[in-house]
Amino acid sequence: SAPVIGLGRTALPEEIAAWNIDVRPDGEGLPAGAGSVRRGEDLFLQNCATCHGEFGEGAGRWPVLAGGRGTLQSDRPEKTIGSFWPYASTVFDYVRRAMPFGNNQSLTADDTYAIVAYLLNLNDLVPEDYVLSKDNFPKVELPNQPNFFDDDRETAEKAFWKNDPCMADCAGAVHVTARAQVLNVTPDADPPK
Amino acid sequence: MGAGAAAAGAGSAFGGAVAAAGPDPNIVPVPEWTKMLGAGVNANPYGKPSVFEKDVVRREVDWLTASHESSVSFTPLYALDGVITPNGLCFVRHHGGEAEIDPDKYRLMIHGMVDRPLVFTLEDIKRMPGRVNRAYFLECAANSGMEWRGAQLNGCQFTHGMIHNVFYTGVPLKTLLDMAGVNPKGKWVLAEGADAAVMTRSIPLEKAMQDCLVAFAMNGEALRPEQGYPVRLVVPGWEGNMWVKWLRRLKVGDQPWQQREETSKYTDLLADGRSRRFTFVMDAKSVVTSPSPQAPLKLKGPNVMSGIAWSGRGTIRRVDVSLDGGRNWTTARIEGPAMPMAMTRFYLDFDWSGQELMVQSRAMDDSGYVQPTKAELRAVRGTNSIYHNNGIQTWLVRGNGETENVEVG
Repeated sequence: SAPVIGLGRTALPEEIAAWNIDVRPDGEGLPAGAGSVRRGEDLFLQNCATCHGEFGEGAGRWPVLAGGRGTLQSDRPEKTIGSFWPYASTVFDYVRRAMPFGNNQSLTADDTYAIVAYLLNLNDLVPEDYVLSKDNFPKVELPNQPNFFDDDRETAEKAFWKNDPCMADCAGAVHVTARAQVLNVTPDADPPK
Repeated sequence: MGAGAAAAGAGSAFGGAVAAAGPDPNIVPVPEWTKMLGAGVNANPYGKPSVFEKDVVRREVDWLTASHESSVSFTPLYALDGVITPNGLCFVRHHGGEAEIDPDKYRLMIHGMVDRPLVFTLEDIKRMPGRVNRAYFLECAANSGMEWRGAQLNGCQFTHGMIHNVFYTGVPLKTLLDMAGVNPKGKWVLAEGADAAVMTRSIPLEKAMQDCLVAFAMNGEALRPEQGYPVRLVVPGWEGNMWVKWLRRLKVGDQPWQQREETSKYTDLLADGRSRRFTFVMDAKSVVTSPSPQAPLKLKGPNVMSGIAWSGRGTIRRVDVSLDGGRNWTTARIEGPAMPMAMTRFYLDFDWSGQELMVQSRAMDDSGYVQPTKAELRAVRGTNSIYHNNGIQTWLVRGNGETENVEVG
């Protein structure tokens, strides 16, 4: 269909560059730059450790960034960059886009490379003398990447599509097996002040 | 509630009114509000609910998240009726707090694999041809997520309140993409917000062209700031995270971007350690909103069971209700509009003698999908997938009318 005339204008290259900061797994979008694990450690301690802990172990309820390998099938999985995230590009993109929480988009490209290098090191994925750069970034692979697959509900849960669900005498005796009041973690009924 | 009223309630079950012991003081003498003038017509230039409804508010669960800026509040479903959620009560999910954007400074950019990268102002969007009005539910992917391991929170506000349903006014996203001219190799659209989370999600181009909207109004007025003022994305039937608020950028590409909100978050871990990704659609779901833990039964005799049902796969075709924990079912009455990918209201008029009830509802949509039990879901997914819990809810109604969130088996 023909474009509507008179609405909008052409985006200028410098305008696109200002907002176009996303990075893909194939490395598209990575800026020029590099950063070492050692520099990343300094930056992490200054900018990140208050919430995420000195070693990415997380403070209080703030997210854990390292560890957790081998826990995904356990009762309490620990989903970190090393144990769960599929792509290192997401770490770079997200740190530059939205961290530090409350001081967003304050890190340079080199800062971000360094912090990502430190996070990879905390997750035992690169050595202490590693330097991450635009050139070697696409070579970085995270261990859990092969374990993601596209939504398969329409086949795996095909049994949920049915024409005539049971209407009478459907189950045996029904008993209460769990009660929310036992936990008692619901906020009080009083409205917020 | 006085004893006389209770007696009248019990008596009316048999169709006859019971004589009162004496004149009702709410009738004799003349009430204060009948004798004195009330407030003038513009005492509240933007009206508020009655002071007697002060408890009907959004609520937060403090222990759920580490900060108030990346957190969620819950719609008070137990107190609402019909299908439209009032704007001020629509649940809120932020990842970087509420951005306050001057509409004159608002800009929306389209670029990437397009013929003409474009910048629009809010006025440009409001001048576009083909404006539409559509009602859709927006359900957070994590709605009911705290209930995967068992009954945890006591009230449908908390177990099901990450949902709202409003009328959006806007223009089809297709209109904007056509203006930019999408390259035939374009397969995905990255949508990005302008807030401090700079939220991004990859959306298949097919969906973007099919029914997504760029919306600037909800329920007839400008979007609320907490809902993305001045412009948000509407992604009908799909998980709320994709409905990017404060929408500032749309980029066309040939593959998904694998952003934080579609890798670390909004992926569904299964029991075998593998994870589903791109689980976009919200499946058919329902909940009885009254009775519920925050809305106990007060009187024996006639009662109205009220609830909501919705499906991201289409239109709600039927809702069945059980009073005995799923052994026997009665088809409820759908009342009001039943529109695709929108909240639908159902009722069951029933008589309560004071017996214990195990109340459930089961939604069916026009794709043939039947809302599963939580046990059926857990058999496929385990208990650690966080998102997409659309299992059947059970409320235990005790003899005194108090109602609790329980699981049955």
